[in-house]
Amino acid sequence: MSARTVDKIATGIIMAVAGFIVLILLGLLGYILIRGVGHISWHFLTSAPESIRAGGGIGPQLFNSVFLLVLTLIITVPLGIGAGIYMSEYAKPNRMTSFIRLVVEVLSSFPSIIVGLFGLLILVNKFGFGFSLFSGALALTIFNLPLMVRITEQGLRGVPLQQKEASFALGISKWKTIRSVLLPIATPVILSGTILAAGRIFGEAAALLFTAGMSSPRLDFTDWNPFDARSPLNPFRPAETLAVHIWKINSEGLAPDATQIAAGASAVLIIMVLVFNLGARALGRYMHNKFTAAK
Amino acid sequence: MERSVNMERSYNKRQEAKPHIAEEWVGKIYTLICIAFLVITIFSMVYFVASKGLSTFIVNGVNAFDLLTGLKWNPDIDVPSFGALPFIFGSFSTSILAAIIAAPLGFCAAVFIVELAPKFGRTFLQPVIELLAGIPSVVYGFVGLSVIVPLFRDLFPGQGIGIAAGALVLSVMILPTITTIATDALSELPAGLKEGSYALGATRWQTIYRVVLPTTMPQQMTGIVLGIARAFGEALAVQMVIGNAPHIPHSLFESTSTLTSAITLSMGNTAMGSVQNNVLWSLALILMLMTFVFVFVIRFLEGRKKL
Amino acid sequence: MKKFLTIAMALTLTVSLAACGNKDKDSSSTSDSQGSSTTTQSADLSGSILAVGSTALQPLVEQVSKDFMDKNSGVSIQVQGGGSGTGLTQASEGQAQIGNSDVFAEEKLDADKAATLVDHQVAVVAMAAVTNKEVGVDGLTKQQLVDIFTGKVTNWNEVGGKDQKIQIVNRPSSSGTRSTFEKFALGTKTEDLAGSIQEDASGTVKKLVSETPGAIGYLALSYLDDSVQALKYDGVEATVDNVTNGSYPVWAYEHMYTKGEPDAATKAFLDYIASEEVQNGDVVELGYIPASKMEVKRDAAGNVTK
Repeated sequence: MSARTVDKIATGIIMAVAGFIVLILLGLLGYILIRGVGHISWHFLTSAPESIRAGGGIGPQLFNSVFLLVLTLIITVPLGIGAGIYMSEYAKPNRMTSFIRLVVEVLSSFPSIIVGLFGLLILVNKFGFGFSLFSGALALTIFNLPLMVRITEQGLRGVPLQQKEASFALGISKWKTIRSVLLPIATPVILSGTILAAGRIFGEAAALLFTAGMSSPRLDFTDWNPFDARSPLNPFRPAETLAVHIWKINSEGLAPDATQIAAGASAVLIIMVLVFNLGARALGRYMHNKFTAAK
Repeated sequence: MERSVNMERSYNKRQEAKPHIAEEWVGKIYTLICIAFLVITIFSMVYFVASKGLSTFIVNGVNAFDLLTGLKWNPDIDVPSFGALPFIFGSFSTSILAAIIAAPLGFCAAVFIVELAPKFGRTFLQPVIELLAGIPSVVYGFVGLSVIVPLFRDLFPGQGIGIAAGALVLSVMILPTITTIATDALSELPAGLKEGSYALGATRWQTIYRVVLPTTMPQQMTGIVLGIARAFGEALAVQMVIGNAPHIPHSLFESTSTLTSAITLSMGNTAMGSVQNNVLWSLALILMLMTFVFVFVIRFLEGRKKL
Repeated sequence: MKKFLTIAMALTLTVSLAACGNKDKDSSSTSDSQGSSTTTQSADLSGSILAVGSTALQPLVEQVSKDFMDKNSGVSIQVQGGGSGTGLTQASEGQAQIGNSDVFAEEKLDADKAATLVDHQVAVVAMAAVTNKEVGVDGLTKQQLVDIFTGKVTNWNEVGGKDQKIQIVNRPSSSGTRSTFEKFALGTKTEDLAGSIQEDASGTVKKLVSETPGAIGYLALSYLDDSVQALKYDGVEATVDNVTNGSYPVWAYEHMYTKGEPDAATKAFLDYIASEEVQNGDVVELGYIPASKMEVKRDAAGNVTK
């Protein structure tokens, strides 16, 4: 067989594999969406779940997922960017630094169930945060932080060296250079990375079972004072997220339409992740264009 | 001109020296606090899991060697036996099989994205693969139970559950990790290498096979090992399709367990401090040590890349 | 950027501090209500209750807690899952007011720890062995079940069904459902057989039994429907009447444990669950059997009295 034929065959195989992967994803998405989309309605998205009767919705769960995501980001973004800056700008390339890098990698591949139990015993019990959004956000921080660090490092590394050197040459201090030169340029990368990581937070269940809890107290959506026990904004109330709700319905759901609700909720979850992904891409592209146009 | 600048600078210096240094310190301390928080978190977790996991051996007097090599898992009878080897075997076989399935797919996808059709690949295939990473594992588990298990039940002897189903679900889940790292490796490759190969008259496949693959091998391996590590720690999806019998199976289509599925199944049902609960923490400790081993392997591979 | 960071951090701090303050207020109001324990005047009740544990009991407690909170606006009740073991641990260590459990505390905790807990039996759950609809069996004797779950019988034709291999869909050995089934249906502990399936979640068990040829498992009565075949046990059908009159033995209490005597709000909540209104309402509707209906009683050791 001539080299050219082999080349053609190999190219064909690679094409086929790429097509196959696309098919897997389309199949997966199609399966989830087709089963679930029919169940999605305004009522389903806004009303509270029912434990026995049919016709329950996922309103509070949807709100909880989004709110938990916001809380987690409020905690992780400053911390993660700070740690990322340290790793890429301040840390000297020595044993200590490579040790910290190792630690970050370990943290990112930790099984989520262990993080959940750690959260139960330390955050929920020892620190007394209780089953609450706050405990859940902290547990998710443990997952999200390594990703944020890696993303920030990547973003800062992508900044052309000349930019940094030019800033130093102007006599601008290091911190100011990082703040006003490096970070703005790295923002598109950091931003889209953050949103992609957010998609993973959205789908996490195992760690939240033991920290944010599996039930949602009755919420009063007219009360927006975050200090009231019934306010949806109170971070110290328990909150069942969408992924946890799907898990719960699949395992112990008693409502007659449990399967449909699980399917509908999965579809909603997938759509949210899809929106996050596309949003991240669009935003990254927009910011990239904006920055390069300004140059 | 120069003089005036100098004058101005010295004037400014007197005025701004202090806030300047202070600002520098703010940055340093702030980032240091962040990194310290990160390190403290991981250490408290390691300490926590280790102290709980070791109490099985210290407080309950279970022999560590028996735990690692025992074949019989029967924690709830009067004379309990704790043999975790089936779980360790299950974890390893599913994760490695998943990597064997996902690695060629990931490599081909990376080649497609970087070499064959960059435009289509970057704007369509890559987002599609990254999307796979965003699908929650509960949903993966449910799809696995509703689609893959019945399919395997019809195609192969057995009930469809088992290592094969688990590995297949996991391979889709770790595909993004492997592909992303492979894509980065391929696009970082110096253009001269490939061009040299083409100049010698090599076809594209020959170039990929003889130049690109060998030079990027360490990074490919890093991606694969990271994928295995992720598969190792995955719980909910695997638990739904693997069957969870604490035995080493005779075929790929027979019920078996992994470390994570054993932990998730029983952790909530057992009371803290009891030997049944402690031994689950020991499984978690094994899992954590394995994560460390994987990370060391990754660092070793990355170290080799620099040579 | 720095400004943003400062604002974000300040926000986090304020919110968490404020919420901490809020929580203190809650707990102090709990102790207030203890002082003026007026259980009959439900409007005066206040406090917060955390009920953690059994996922099998969770739907009931959750449903009842909603009604209770409607009637007593000062009380807030959280119901969490996590498993019987978690519930018992949290209750005995005082982190939760109520620990929900499928089993007696003595089966999970040390004797001295279990002694600190007070048992409140709120409902009864009965279980039936279920099979795939195709196996051709509608009842088994105790001995046949034992033979199946210990692996002595591996084909349905040995117990009067079709020529089909038996696939066991069991629960994990730590599960309360399994310990009930083993204790009262089999009368013996069994080992996990090679090739058997272990799933903790009733939904997953039902799905597997209804789809896997030759499958046998067991489910609480509330999960039974047309997709699986419920089996007679020694010729007795698994119905509510047969359970309450004592002729069907595979059932267990659902327990809500408190550490020592409960405080006013918790006691009122437990009383409310035990009231006729709930026992004949939510309990029945959710597929549990009211504890008050039982004509037989059973203690932790399994001794049955009429």
